Amino acid sequence: MGELDLTHALEKNRSFVDAVNEATGCDIRQCYQCAKCSGGCPGAYAMDYLPNQIIRMLMLGMVEDVLKSKTIWVCMSCNTCTTRCVRDIDIAAVMDDLRKEAIRHGYTEHARNVIACNNSFLWTVRTWGRLFDAGMLMMFNMDTGNPMKDMQFALPMMMKGKSPIIPIPHAIKGAKEVKKIFKKIKQEGK
Amino acid sequence: MPKYALYPGCSLEGGAIEYSMSTEAVAHALGIEFVEVPGWNCCGASAAHMTDHLLSLALPARVLAKAESIPGVTEMVAPCAACHIRFAAVEYEVGKHQDLLGEINSLLEAPYTGKVKIRPFLDIFSNPEMLALIKSKVVKPLTGLKVACYYGCLFVKPPKVVSFFDDPENPMSMDNIMSALGAEPLPWPYKTECCGASTALTQEDVCTKLCNDILRIAKDSGADCIAAACPMCQQNLDMRQVSVEKQYGLKYRMPIPFFTQLIGLAIGLDAGKLGFKKLFVDPVQVLQKVGA
Repeated sequence: MGELDLTHALEKNRSFVDAVNEATGCDIRQCYQCAKCSGGCPGAYAMDYLPNQIIRMLMLGMVEDVLKSKTIWVCMSCNTCTTRCVRDIDIAAVMDDLRKEAIRHGYTEHARNVIACNNSFLWTVRTWGRLFDAGMLMMFNMDTGNPMKDMQFALPMMMKGKSPIIPIPHAIKGAKEVKKIFKKIKQEGK
Repeated sequence: MPKYALYPGCSLEGGAIEYSMSTEAVAHALGIEFVEVPGWNCCGASAAHMTDHLLSLALPARVLAKAESIPGVTEMVAPCAACHIRFAAVEYEVGKHQDLLGEINSLLEAPYTGKVKIRPFLDIFSNPEMLALIKSKVVKPLTGLKVACYYGCLFVKPPKVVSFFDDPENPMSMDNIMSALGAEPLPWPYKTECCGASTALTQEDVCTKLCNDILRIAKDSGADCIAAACPMCQQNLDMRQVSVEKQYGLKYRMPIPFFTQLIGLAIGLDAGKLGFKKLFVDPVQVLQKVGA
């Protein structure tokens, strides 16, 4: 990192910070870098930037570094940071927003597994109204190129009556209503 | 007789079938009436809230709207913490931004009005009246059983959303239930530490590390078992315990029963009906301690 003209940086990045505030319903400018969020974060050890650093980086205009970071994809939405923030910043919601922004900007280098997980999950919900876990896992494993992931649990799950021997998805009553929710949201481009 | 709409959630039909079995058995014995929400859909979980804000509200709102059609019901419970918070989020967000209600309802067949409120599942057992009733029904007290109560994140965090009275850092509702059963709830520091949730799929080493921390601290605290209240946490700690042990070269063999299974044991219900055989880590020492 080279020299930084702070006044200029803060001014230049006003719009991105405003957009994050708007999306999350909190004011990240309130952050005074106490770092409680990072101290309590269970995923911090696997992150490239700590949560409090992410907030500061946003203010300093390092938007690209933030959206390309591992951090936003390690976050598990446990809400410990949000619970402990003395400045009432919903950091978990900020992470949620940053993930959406990263996808929108095409910064998905560290996001492959998370996106595959979310997509396969939501595909089953959109199709049948509920999670169809065997289908989800199959699609996830194909997408991530790891076909044997968790297969060691398949047989014990069956033996314990936790998953059917031949997994067949069942649509819920009103599955069409659920499909419609997905469709309308897609149409509105939200 | 307390009556609630019940949102089982996807995991209670499969991976967490013992949570479902024990909930049903215990409710029957305690005179709690559950009415399953007709035609319920998936709450969307974190997949929805990472993808689209409105989707993450519309999916659970459809369920709440369906619950409103059940006669005589004003509250709904979701035994899964990850589901619970999605319903609580609908109430919180709509409470904050009234215009969201119209936006959500434009996506639903039947409107969500907010008539049925989400109530924390733990709370229907840990409230003073029910706690007294449970105590009076204990026939096989869990004397000497040291239980590490594990709440997971999403029943208690963040408090302004989940609207649970319990302390997000040191919750006591499950501990109080365990005391009522005659067990010894342990003071331990990992009651609400994250299990890694869906990193079990996306970054397995993170999940394994977090589960190892939880198992290790529970063991060091002297726990005979960890009582769980969330199907996702339970699965990570129970089914994946073998992966944790392999990764770290340790042997825990720590049983992870759901708290409802322990209630059932203490009030004298059959262990088979409570789904103890469904657990991956053999709960034999738990059962032996209470002579079940």
